[in-house]
Amino acid sequence: MSTARIFVPNDATALACGADRVARTLAEALAARGTEARIVRNGSRGLFWLEPLVEVETPAGRVSYGPVKPSDIPALLDAGMLEGKDHPLCLGLVEEIPYLKKQTRLTFARCGIIDPLSLDDYKAHGGYKGLAKAVEIGPSATVEEVFQSGLRGRGGAGFPTGIKWRTVAATSADQKYIVCNADEGDSGTFADRLIMEADPFCLIEGMTIAGLAVGATKGYVYCRSEYPLSLAVMDKAIAIARKAGLLGDNVLGSGLSFDMEMRMGAGAYVCGEETALLESLEGKRGVVRAKPPLPAIKGLFQKPTVINNLISLATVPVILEKGGAFYRDFGMGRSRGTMPIQLAGNIKHGGLFETAFGISLGELVNDIGGGTASGRPVKAVQAGGPLGAYLPVHQFDTPFDYEAFAAKDALIGHGGIVVFDDTVDMAHMARFAMEFCAHESCGKCTPCRIGSTRGKETLDKIMAGERREANLAILTDLCHTMKLGSLCALGGFTPYPVMSALTHFPEDFGASPKLPMAAE
Amino acid sequence: MHQAGYEPWSAERASQIIETHRDMAGAAMPILHAIQEAFGFVPEPVVPMIAESLNLSRAEVHGVVTFYHDFRREPPGRHVIKLCAAEACQSMGSDALSDYAQERLGLEMGETSADGRVTLEPIFCLGLCACAPAAMIDGRLVGRLDRETIDELVAEANR
Repeated sequence: MSTARIFVPNDATALACGADRVARTLAEALAARGTEARIVRNGSRGLFWLEPLVEVETPAGRVSYGPVKPSDIPALLDAGMLEGKDHPLCLGLVEEIPYLKKQTRLTFARCGIIDPLSLDDYKAHGGYKGLAKAVEIGPSATVEEVFQSGLRGRGGAGFPTGIKWRTVAATSADQKYIVCNADEGDSGTFADRLIMEADPFCLIEGMTIAGLAVGATKGYVYCRSEYPLSLAVMDKAIAIARKAGLLGDNVLGSGLSFDMEMRMGAGAYVCGEETALLESLEGKRGVVRAKPPLPAIKGLFQKPTVINNLISLATVPVILEKGGAFYRDFGMGRSRGTMPIQLAGNIKHGGLFETAFGISLGELVNDIGGGTASGRPVKAVQAGGPLGAYLPVHQFDTPFDYEAFAAKDALIGHGGIVVFDDTVDMAHMARFAMEFCAHESCGKCTPCRIGSTRGKETLDKIMAGERREANLAILTDLCHTMKLGSLCALGGFTPYPVMSALTHFPEDFGASPKLPMAAE
Repeated sequence: MHQAGYEPWSAERASQIIETHRDMAGAAMPILHAIQEAFGFVPEPVVPMIAESLNLSRAEVHGVVTFYHDFRREPPGRHVIKLCAAEACQSMGSDALSDYAQERLGLEMGETSADGRVTLEPIFCLGLCACAPAAMIDGRLVGRLDRETIDELVAEANR
């Protein structure tokens, strides 16, 4: 029998749950038993509640075990884990785990399957077919393919990616840039991190396609400093791609050049806003720019720049490989394709669930996610990060779709869903939203800079029962001003969590049922 | 005594770091990160050095250093514990664990112990939101925190 391959993820979540110790214990146990086996450090499948999830290759497929503790290793080996035999931790064939089987994995197709730093693995699983297609059809047809796919910005704004690309392609300049926004600061999100750690070449390929399509020769990935593992994996992958001639001059014989590098943020949430990110990349304070000019016209160093969310760029290879029409056929309404939804917080089955748009919030939280981890009733979920609304259970019929969420004064953002059980105090969460905005405001515009501090103070008064009705009116008015008067989404969207908490959970603000509670 | 794992301040070494990175586009951030990696913080004397090298004013460099939460202006403790304080961790009880850690260490959030042994800080999201509450100790990630794991982190920091 050939040497068995055992997969132990090298992913931040898996590591935080002890994957390194599991890999080490496993290697020692195998050596002590004189058993031939190769341990591969794959990325995660995104089934995070099962991490560390160990997989063993068998003739029938990959059999999974999890969550594995180092102390479980002897018993697992005794039970015949290397032949995929049963054990209380055995989850059967990993592809048959319902959570994974129910997904439509387009962007995340390779995550957890391949060795992230093996170019051969990447190519064996469809990698670089998208770039080959882009080289074959040429730049303008590539831009059109992305436009036809209906792909919209996965950072939250939902702006059509193809339009950004068209604008940059049509703007002539001596230098153009591709910038990847990997400043994934929203609590409840980890999709960017999963791609970088599990399938880094996918991002490299997507950025290369973008560069060739719009005539940009240089790319930057702006990754948050809280993701040191992602930065390290990406750095290695870029070096491998460069050595293989997949970055640099004459990419795949196209006659075109493209190269890229990683840049690290420094803990400023506002740098997830595209213009603040560009300022930061230029080595300045991450202060938001007024638009226009759009980054597509005057972006990084005042040059035409495609700035896209990491998930948008990582979705480009599959769009090119299978065609814009293939991708567009998934989804609902104007939300085309798939979305990696991230189930987080107080949830039983936390992880990444990539699926076509249209699935309901309730299905995600209850059926897929299994309800709360604490076993208590769900009280609310925050969708779309710190700037996203809190949705109560009676809105769980809302389909996951840009427009359906917007109609409920909510946003899907980057696809994070944080679940809270009935012990949460929504006034406290509203106060946190204002406090976070005050902490992270870049200070350029007054509604955000001053409004957030005043908002926190006003909430303190409300929570202390001080002139409650009058202060609630002030808070509502303040939120209105911030929403309409802020320069970017930080100040402009902080009212979403605050007002949704107040609208749906007035009792947490110590209120009588009749409040001056204008929900917009 | 300088901090474990970091180099003592040296203007010569700082010049060398600046020189290595100065030709990068938008060099200020990579330089500041490299300085902090070497010395554990961004010492005040480096600000005019960076300004001169990049043809910026001292005020501009000072502005960058002070804008970003990551850049330290004082040396950290020999161990740094960062507890996530964002929403997903809050939904799993991070507030109470943070109180417990502060009590165990006798430190408020953001403080370094008087003996320079440990720094306790909040962090806003490690991307470990599906195994919350989460923390980082000296760069190592820890998920599914409870009081017992906090005790282990405190013991590790006191070693």
